[in-house]
Amino acid sequence: MTDPTTYISHLELGQPDKTYLDTSELILNMGPQHPATHGVLRVILKLDGEKVLGTECVIGYLHRGVEKIAENRTYAMFNPYVDRMDYVAAISNGLGYCEAVEKLLNVEAPPRARYIRVILTELNRLASHMVWLGTHALDIGAMTPLFYTFRDREEILKIFEKYCGARLTTHAFRIGGCQYETYEGFEKDVKNFLAFVPPKIDEYEELLTTNRIWVERTRNVGKISGPDCIALGVTGPVLRASGVKWDIRKAKPYSGYQEFDFEIPTGENGDTYDRYIVRMKEMRQSLRIIQQAIDRLPSGPIMAKVGKVIKPPVGEIYHSIEAPKGELGYYIVSDGSTQPYRVRVRPPSFVNLQALDLMVRGQLVADVIAVIGTFDIVLGEVDR
Amino acid sequence: MPWDSPLVSKLKSRHGSGVREASTYLGQNYLVLDPSVTREVLQILRDEEQFDYCVDITAVHYPKREKQFDLVWILYSFPKNERMRVKTMIADGESFASAVSIWPTANWLEREVFDMFGIKFDGHPDLKRILLPDGWEGYPLRKDYGITQQDQKWVQINLGIQSGQ
Repeated sequence: MTDPTTYISHLELGQPDKTYLDTSELILNMGPQHPATHGVLRVILKLDGEKVLGTECVIGYLHRGVEKIAENRTYAMFNPYVDRMDYVAAISNGLGYCEAVEKLLNVEAPPRARYIRVILTELNRLASHMVWLGTHALDIGAMTPLFYTFRDREEILKIFEKYCGARLTTHAFRIGGCQYETYEGFEKDVKNFLAFVPPKIDEYEELLTTNRIWVERTRNVGKISGPDCIALGVTGPVLRASGVKWDIRKAKPYSGYQEFDFEIPTGENGDTYDRYIVRMKEMRQSLRIIQQAIDRLPSGPIMAKVGKVIKPPVGEIYHSIEAPKGELGYYIVSDGSTQPYRVRVRPPSFVNLQALDLMVRGQLVADVIAVIGTFDIVLGEVDR
Repeated sequence: MPWDSPLVSKLKSRHGSGVREASTYLGQNYLVLDPSVTREVLQILRDEEQFDYCVDITAVHYPKREKQFDLVWILYSFPKNERMRVKTMIADGESFASAVSIWPTANWLEREVFDMFGIKFDGHPDLKRILLPDGWEGYPLRKDYGITQQDQKWVQINLGIQSGQ
């Protein structure tokens, strides 16, 4: 195997602090099997005592060659694979892919399909943020939120299961719309959920927002400025917590998001605490969107006219959506055959993770855990 | 459809034949540039045209063409709320100037292009494989790399699997 020390050869390392004690630099290998790295992320840390001097991420342990698989499948056959990238928010992945192919085909999903998509995608955003909150809090040492969030996420997964039979990798959408009509009682279930979850979110906030330990562990930890975020391509809640008011749902609306009234929460400091606050506010905004969509759910067909064989004309398209983690883009090149010539996935987790080094330099080892958690990365998406 | 905008005419007046094509397809604008001017144009796009966010860098392999690779930059401008693509064609074995000094995010993106296509970027601070292990042979997203193909030797040595699969 490769010697871990060879990886860090390029790092420009600061000098150890010689003020108090004569210390020497230490290389610590965190992961890939580590409960707080959310999968198989390996981070090589260069330390001076507890202080981080530099990091190097080693990724690819979960690489399955999704983009290569796409070139050998038809457009419809590749659809279930995208669910397996960000498996915590599988529905968002499917939405991005289906919309990209629809654009390439120049068709649009009918209004009812778009509304169903919005409802399920926003429910999925909530589920994704709940997983993030539970695991992030667990990493920092608060165990209770994990049980609370997973308990409430169960209600969302029940709706998914009733809708399409699957809970996690749902494959809920088809190119051109949705395959399934909503089940009987769907509206009632969603409305019950909308009444059920706001007090639960209050509950999470009660546990954490003013909790002294939580605040101490997250305030001023992993700070990043707005311009740095843009330069590093960081998107999603991390970007918004640094004060940049940018959300693709507003900037480049897709799937009818322009028809809904919602706000983009932003933070000021760009630290871990602000990112927590931004995500908590986003959960409430998602509820607002679901409420509007379920109230106005139109009737009509759920599939656009798409042939049995999907054969887009020669051309290429880049389409991106606001996934729970940030900008999720699909760049698809069609050569006019039934199989895509090239599918490139622009994963938010992969690009966001690049900012880890900047955010943890000069901080403590324990903060690395907090920062990895605050990114909300899913390694299935980083490695693809 | 041709793409007409002040940006395109400015680039055309500066770089002339370096701008090979400026088109709009399905409402998305893209430029096809000559490799000799591409690096310079990317710099101009960020410095003067406010394309401050490099969304993605990727490549497409066309084995039958003389210049086998399309290199693609997807750019976004926060002030203008505008997206565009820049494309250029390079031959196998040719390297390209790195964009890390323009957008730091290009670091990992270029490493991935190198990992998957074997395109080298000059001036990249740390060009090595990112998703595949160091020492892996071959570039999987090239069209001549089979879908079941593996670096059998690497698997045998590092994972101890005799069949190499």
